[in-house]
Amino acid sequence: MRRVAVVGVGCTRFGELWDKSFRDLFIEAGIEALEDADLEGKEIEALYVGNMSAGRFIGQEHIAALIADYSGLAEFNIPATRVEAADASGGLALRHAYIAVASGLHNVVIAGGVEKVSDVGDAMGILSCAADQEWENFIGANLPALFALIARLHMKEFGTTEEDLALVAVKNHKNAVNNPKAQYRREISLEDVLNSPYIAEPLKLLDSSPICDGASAVILASEEVAKKITDTPVYIDACCQASDYIALHSRRDVLTMTSVVKASREAYKISGYSPKDIQIAEVHDVFTIAEIIAYEDLGFAKKGEGAKLIREGETEIGGKIPVNTSGGLKACGHAVGATGIRQVVEVVTQLRGEAGKRQVDAEVGLTLNIGGTGATAIVTIFSR
Amino acid sequence: MFLIPRFWRKIRYRYNLIGSYCENCKNYFYPPRNLCPICRRKGKIREVPLSGTGRVLSFTVVYEGENEKKPYVIALIELDEGVKIVSQLACKPEEVEIGMRVKSVFRKYGEDGEEGIVYYGTKFIPVNP
Repeated sequence: MRRVAVVGVGCTRFGELWDKSFRDLFIEAGIEALEDADLEGKEIEALYVGNMSAGRFIGQEHIAALIADYSGLAEFNIPATRVEAADASGGLALRHAYIAVASGLHNVVIAGGVEKVSDVGDAMGILSCAADQEWENFIGANLPALFALIARLHMKEFGTTEEDLALVAVKNHKNAVNNPKAQYRREISLEDVLNSPYIAEPLKLLDSSPICDGASAVILASEEVAKKITDTPVYIDACCQASDYIALHSRRDVLTMTSVVKASREAYKISGYSPKDIQIAEVHDVFTIAEIIAYEDLGFAKKGEGAKLIREGETEIGGKIPVNTSGGLKACGHAVGATGIRQVVEVVTQLRGEAGKRQVDAEVGLTLNIGGTGATAIVTIFSR
Repeated sequence: MFLIPRFWRKIRYRYNLIGSYCENCKNYFYPPRNLCPICRRKGKIREVPLSGTGRVLSFTVVYEGENEKKPYVIALIELDEGVKIVSQLACKPEEVEIGMRVKSVFRKYGEDGEEGIVYYGTKFIPVNP
């Protein structure tokens, strides 16, 4: 396997982008990535795109070909592939692009993620299709309800509190203030979160990430080619994926995302890094409880002690391991299939030292993108 | 909510609380499976009626959702066979607590308007001590 580097990144603003179409979004992200890498476009040998549900959100399938077409890549007839793993679709696109370059099949590829959700009403209903439609959604156990079951049990078993959960939202909103691409660039207080209405007890409106529109793209190249393209390559040291039972009730331990444990342990082994070497992480805070469980399953904290990290400020900018410097899904916004690549854009921007007011001092970073309640997990480790 | 053939196909398993049991690994599973996830090809899976009694491991009161009477209670329940099930509790939110004993009942989940089909299924209610 060859060493692979990220040589270009691009991302649209995330949010309710009423004036922008699906096509507008992916072109904007892709062009930004090309400009960042200073490539013309014809160097791209393959395209991978993560998208959860264009069929249901905008009534369009066959979107990899559509994207190749409107990006001017159909002119070169390059292979264009869509991958899907619910809200881990972006991370999955990255992994497939990574494999394509690492294997030697391609030298330069683009991996993107895109979702246009605001044209339909029931975005949460569509996102909830990430869970088991027959045995979870049928009985009303949508995604907020399932994460609420996890949260309540975590509180009971480990003494995590609603205040701890709220602190995650407060931190992520604070970080988003300095991210020009974020949906919500304003701080919120602990009281704001605690006083927001329940959507599924103990989770409140402000414990939930907003489902929004957005697109993101990264260009990957082999090490040899990357050195010709850029002076600031960011290397992918490992990109690992794992699965788990899709429904919560089938898992032996509902408080551990086994997929995250497996993917991260494999990524640590391949990269040679351990959890304490990670200096910045973007994790999948689809609900606040998911960030606390991510601390534990990634090995940043022991099982049951995730809340301690947020209480002690260790995951804030300036803390031991800053998490979600972009604002995370909570405040940057959750553009479903675009999220996994958007996380990569943030970590690469940070490792290059180009993150402006939210800059942290880091040489090694990690992204965690999960699908649904964790039936898919993709963990990627980067270094400069 | 659901297309009719899709609901009809699983009606036996929605109207009755049925799981799977693997004679090879001696594990129970819910919902029913055609293939044992532990033993795969070596498994000997068969349908079994489940006791329908168990205890609440976790619960939530849901205020957001579609086609439901809100708020409603969703619980993660461990049945006496050791399998877990996520189901609605047909009781008031204030009646629920972790650890409480529950039993299965046959209840309505929803309907497709006044002339459409009615969706029935299993819910759970508290067992009075």
